[in-house]
Order: sequence, then structure tokens, then C-alpha cells
Amino acid sequence: MGMSKRGPGPGGFLTTTFNSLLGWGRKYSLFQYPFITACCGMEYMSAAAARFDLDRFGAGWTRFSPRQADMLLVVGTISQKQASVVRTVWEQMAEPKWVMAIGACAVSGGIYDNYAVVQGLDEIIPVDVYVPGCPPRPETILDALLKLQDKVQKQGHDWRWQKRKS
Amino acid sequence: MAETQILSEIRRLFPDKIREAFSLLGEDVVVAEPKAFLALARGLRDKPLNYALLLDLTCVDTLACQSCLEMVYTFYALDRNHRLRVKVPLPADDLSISSLAALWKNADWLEREVYDLFGVRFEGHPDLRRLFLYDGFEGHPLRKDYPLRKRQPTFPSRK
Amino acid sequence: MASRLEREASRESMLLNMGPSHPSMHGAVRILLELDGERVLNSEVEVGYLHRGFEKTCEHRTYFNLLPYTDRLNYVSPLINNLGYTLAMEKMLGLEAPERAQVIRVLMSELSRVSDHLTCVAAMAMECGAFTVFLYNIKAREFIWDTIEQTSGARMTTSYIRIGGVRADLHPEFREGVGQAVRQTRQVLKDVHGLLDKNRIFLRRTRDVGLISQEDALSYGWTGPCLRSTGIFYDVRKAHPYSGYDRFDFEVPLGERGDNYDRYLVRMREMEQSLRIIEQAVERLAATPPAVLAAGLEPEEAIKASRDRKPASAPRLSPTLEGSEKDAYSGILADDGRSIVPAKEDTYTSIEGLIRHFKFFMAGHGIRPPKGEVYSSVEGGNGELGFYIVSDGTDRPYRLHLRAPCLHLLAALESLIKGRYLADIIPTFGSMNIILGELDR
Repeated sequence: MGMSKRGPGPGGFLTTTFNSLLGWGRKYSLFQYPFITACCGMEYMSAAAARFDLDRFGAGWTRFSPRQADMLLVVGTISQKQASVVRTVWEQMAEPKWVMAIGACAVSGGIYDNYAVVQGLDEIIPVDVYVPGCPPRPETILDALLKLQDKVQKQGHDWRWQKRKS
Repeated sequence: MAETQILSEIRRLFPDKIREAFSLLGEDVVVAEPKAFLALARGLRDKPLNYALLLDLTCVDTLACQSCLEMVYTFYALDRNHRLRVKVPLPADDLSISSLAALWKNADWLEREVYDLFGVRFEGHPDLRRLFLYDGFEGHPLRKDYPLRKRQPTFPSRK
Repeated sequence: MASRLEREASRESMLLNMGPSHPSMHGAVRILLELDGERVLNSEVEVGYLHRGFEKTCEHRTYFNLLPYTDRLNYVSPLINNLGYTLAMEKMLGLEAPERAQVIRVLMSELSRVSDHLTCVAAMAMECGAFTVFLYNIKAREFIWDTIEQTSGARMTTSYIRIGGVRADLHPEFREGVGQAVRQTRQVLKDVHGLLDKNRIFLRRTRDVGLISQEDALSYGWTGPCLRSTGIFYDVRKAHPYSGYDRFDFEVPLGERGDNYDRYLVRMREMEQSLRIIEQAVERLAATPPAVLAAGLEPEEAIKASRDRKPASAPRLSPTLEGSEKDAYSGILADDGRSIVPAKEDTYTSIEGLIRHFKFFMAGHGIRPPKGEVYSSVEGGNGELGFYIVSDGTDRPYRLHLRAPCLHLLAALESLIKGRYLADIIPTFGSMNIILGELDR
């Protein structure tokens, strides 16, 4: 609604510069909501701790309320029971929001192809960055964060007070 | 399949509740009657046998080969350091057995798990409902006739 | 369908959902609380949010293929799950791993156990507000994982312990790695003892909170550090020793009261004992002569060197299979043609080796234990981790069941938090170290 994730769209020099400024501001102040379910959570903990620090990329603060976060990190397997919970949490987040699916289970169901596991997070919510690995190394998670930051920088940002009726 | 001293004693104490008793790979196994199972379990828990820990409670689906679901209980006696396995075959037309929730407190959840995944009804259980799977899930997945990939999604897929 | 609590709760109290996505719920446990202000009148714990169908999936995989699934059970101490499964299989097959492999298994198990307890204390302290402890413990854990990665190639889910032994021999420089891990962990333990043991806030939050009596603990089927915190001595490593544990010298710490503080202390002391076992294992490994350890080449050099080599002469293994050369096999894997992957030198150079390799992995062949069943347990990070395997003679298990220690621990939570404050739930839950991969399977 209003925000195009592809590009800033046509506009003058001032709007594109302002867009880049907003992108720069947003990418270096991402508030994460780590929705941790399974084993990948251990590697996420390593990524957030002292050795592979997530904080130096500006994304250190975890906000465990969807109202206060703008980046949903789904870390680990999503079972059928958990599916509606993920959807509810995602819907409660305010725009702009981004979603990272961390781990093979969140990307595509991983090694679990059975009655209990959702085969990929994008069956439930739209995903921006997919991070493969079982579990992904912390460096992979950092690389994914950098890619997400690139995406945030380059996409269009809707900064108007009134939302366009669309 | 020899019989150890403990098995002989159990056979002596509960003559009519046990079908077989044997040793397999170093473990003692007793096959019990489903109807008298609660009395047997109480006897195992109390003195002199003192199996204080109910380590495990599970089920094996042998409907294809033996026409029964077999309940498997593992008990442990701390003072004698002895682990005992009790198997109770349940005929396919009567999948129910007495609940052990009054004797061991963890039987509550363990029996809910078996009910959830196999469909065995436990008589006397305080609150028998699904543990792992969600409301609206039909069927009991760990039975052999439930296909592995039969999904019952709670949320419609976006794709 | 209304849950039990919704039906039973009185009208004046408040129902609060400590939902499946909560930072202290270690993944995905839902506690429905009936509150009177901040006091918990009643509660209902709901699990199953990480039910991944492990047991059903294992019925569709061969015995060799399902090893990676066992890694992901108790994912903070993955090598212990591997060990539990392989011990059950070896009991059924009648195999015994060689002595060097047994010592390596003990070393890896204890490294995993230290990693498990470090993570538990880190999470518990972080949720009570002591974020420094989290950072220190994860720092120590990184050194342990470095050691594990040096030998097995993966930090967490390694699938390193195989049926018959271990996958590869230790890295030539493992002593430095293990020494560094032990040193850092000892330093961190000293720091954490100083930060938390006599800390008034931590004591107020954990002393006499989450009390459980010995009778209740036994009735709930508790095992592991949580049972030992009540004063009952039951450790599978001492009761049913496996993999040579009876030849190691270690103590099993016991608590007194069975509250959260005792569980925390028991875990800290167990880590110290595990470090003792690790040091003894390293000494013993120096004593048992290794089969020839390969001198590791750097990957780029090895790849360049392999390009010049002709395949007809004796093949050099790629760097990823370092440690599993044929010379090392006598030390790390049992001598059983049916259950062990044949050495790559045989596979690539002789037709018999190739056929054996093919038959090992072919569907319908491979590891086929005789008909029967077995229950075997190891001491996991949370208690007795048992595997119950029923075999019908084919290459897939007929039934594989995990005796998850966490299920029994969590079954007691409702009674532990009844009548206490909302804030007491957090350290109680944290001290039980609930790992959902194991609980929900």
C-alpha cells in the first residue's frame, strides 16, 4: 500500500535524494523481531552475541513487540500450528516492514517434508531475504542483513502523511 | 530369552496379569494383559518393587502384522537400578486402556501424546485431548495408514 | 474450541496469553495464564508448536540417513543425540566401537554438554536481566564450537558420531583447540560465579522459586540436572555407563532444595566436572595410539595437488574427508562390513569396495538389524535421553521413539508456577532448559 519495493519511481532530483536519505536512515536502524522457533536460533544467538556482532550493522536492538519492530526474522521451522501465529505477528507489524526467512526450514521446509511442517515461510507471508543453511553460519546471517540493507536503500519509500488510496 | 530373578519375582507377585516375561538384549520385558494393567502398575510402583520413575510411555502400531496397537511402558527403580519394559497389546477393536495419571504425574502428558498420535483412549485420564497437534487436525498421524505427507494446513497457502 | 483454562477460569480473573512467540519461551511454548493482578491462579501450558514429525519421518528413512534428524532434536547439545541413537543401534547390531572412538565420543559429548549448560545459564540470566552473562557464555560457547568444527566440519548439527564409531579422526591440532575452549570456559565460569552467585537480585528471583519436592520430581519423571537439584542421585553415566564413562573420574553434583537457584548451581558445577572429563579424555587420547593421522594440507594446496595427480596411483582424499583415511579406520570405526561405510580408498580403487559401497547405500540393503527392539539411553543435557527402536528386519526402522527429558520437565511447570508471581515464571522456565526440538520432536 503505497510503498513500492522495486524502486523509487519517477520523480525529480529532490524526491530521489530524499528517498535515498530515508533509505539510509531506515537501513541503519532496523529493529528486529526474532521469531525463533528451532535450531537456527542458536546460530542467531551467536550472530547477535559478541563475536559476530549484529549491533555494528545498526540492527542490534531486538523489540519483541510487533508494533515496535520493523524487521521480522523468522528463524527455524514453521509448523502448521505455528502458521497462524506468524501470520498474526506479521499483520500486526506496521509498514515499512521486511521479512527474513532464516534457515532451510523457513525457506522451504528444510529436511522436514511431512504432515506437520509448512513448506516454506512464503506460503504464509511475503519474504524479502531467504537465508539458506541448516543452520546458516552467523556470517551468512550477517551477509543476509547486508543484502537486506541494500534492498532497503534502493527501494521506494512512502513518506507522505496521507496514504494514497489504492 | 532367559528369565532373570526380577522377572520371576514379578511373575510370582502378579500371576494372572502377565502373559509373558523374558529378557531381550539385556533388558527385562513383560507382556501384560490390558484389562488388569492398572493393578499391575500400582503393584510395580509400590513396595517391594518400587519402580518410582515412569520413564517412558509410547505406542507401536502393529496393526498390519499383529492386529493391535501395542503400548510400551518403561519403568525405572532407583534403589535397584533396574529398568523394566512392560508391553500391553491392545486389540484393534478396543483401543483403550486405564490411565496411569493417578499413579505417576507425567503420565498425564505422555498419554495425551499417545492419544494425539495414535488414537488410544485412556480411561480415567483427567483431560484427554491433543498435545502436539492442533484442533481441527483429523486423524492420528503416527499410525501406519496415515500418509507421511498428508498436510492439513491451518492457513491457506499464498502460492 | 475453548481450552481447559478458558472453561474453568472465574470471571474476575484475567486471562493472559504468554504466547508462542515470546522471548523467554525458548522457541515456541504457549502458557495461558489466569491472573489475579500479578499472581498466577492457574495456568495451562500448550506445546506442539515445533512438532516436526520426527518419529514418523524416521520410519521412512534408512538407519544411516536418519542420523541428521537426530542432530536437530536437542539442538544445543547435538552430539549427545547422535550418541544416543548410535548406541541404541549398536546394541541392536551387537557392535562395539573401538577404544579410541569411545574416548572421542566422550570428549565430544562433554563438549556438547558444556555448550548446553552454557546456553541454558545464558538464556536464564538474560531473561532475568543479566545480559553480560549471556555475552560471556556465548563467547565461551564459540570456542567450544570452534573445536567441534575443527574436527567435524560443522559448528552445530554435525552428524559426527556414526554407528560403529565416529566419522573421522580428530584434527591434528585438536589439543590446542580443546585447550583454548577449556581455558576460556573456566574463565567464563569464574566470572559468572562472581556475577550471579551472591547477586541479591538474582537470589531474590531464583531462591525458593520453582520449588519442587523429591516425591513430586520422581512422580513427574524428572531426570538430569533438574532431578539432581532436589538431591536425588541419578545420572545415566553412573547408573548405566556407556562409551567408557566408568573409566573416567568425575563427580555428579547434587542440589538441596530443588529451586531455581539449585538448578543453576548444579548446572554450573556440572560444567566444571565436564571440563575435568574433557581434560582426562585429551590425556587418554594421547595415550591411545592414533592410527596414522593425515597431515592436513591447506585446501587450496590440496586442490592444486589433486589436479596433478593421476587417478591410477594411490588416491589422496579431498580435504573434506580429512581424518577418514583408511589408515585411520581401525581407530575410529568398528570392523563390521555391514554397518560401516567402506573406506574411500577401497571404493575408488577396487571393484569389491565399490560394490560394498553401493550395497550399503542402496535402498533395501545397507544396515539391516535383526528383528527386535531396544531401548538405550544416554545422559543428555536435560536428563535421560532414551531411544526406543523397533526393527522389523528391513533397512528402515519400524518405529523410532525418543524419550524426551524435557517433556517431563515441562509437565511440572503448571504446578510450579501456581500461586506465584508472573515474573517468577521466567527464571523457572529458564532453569528447566526446555528445548523444543526434543520436546515436540
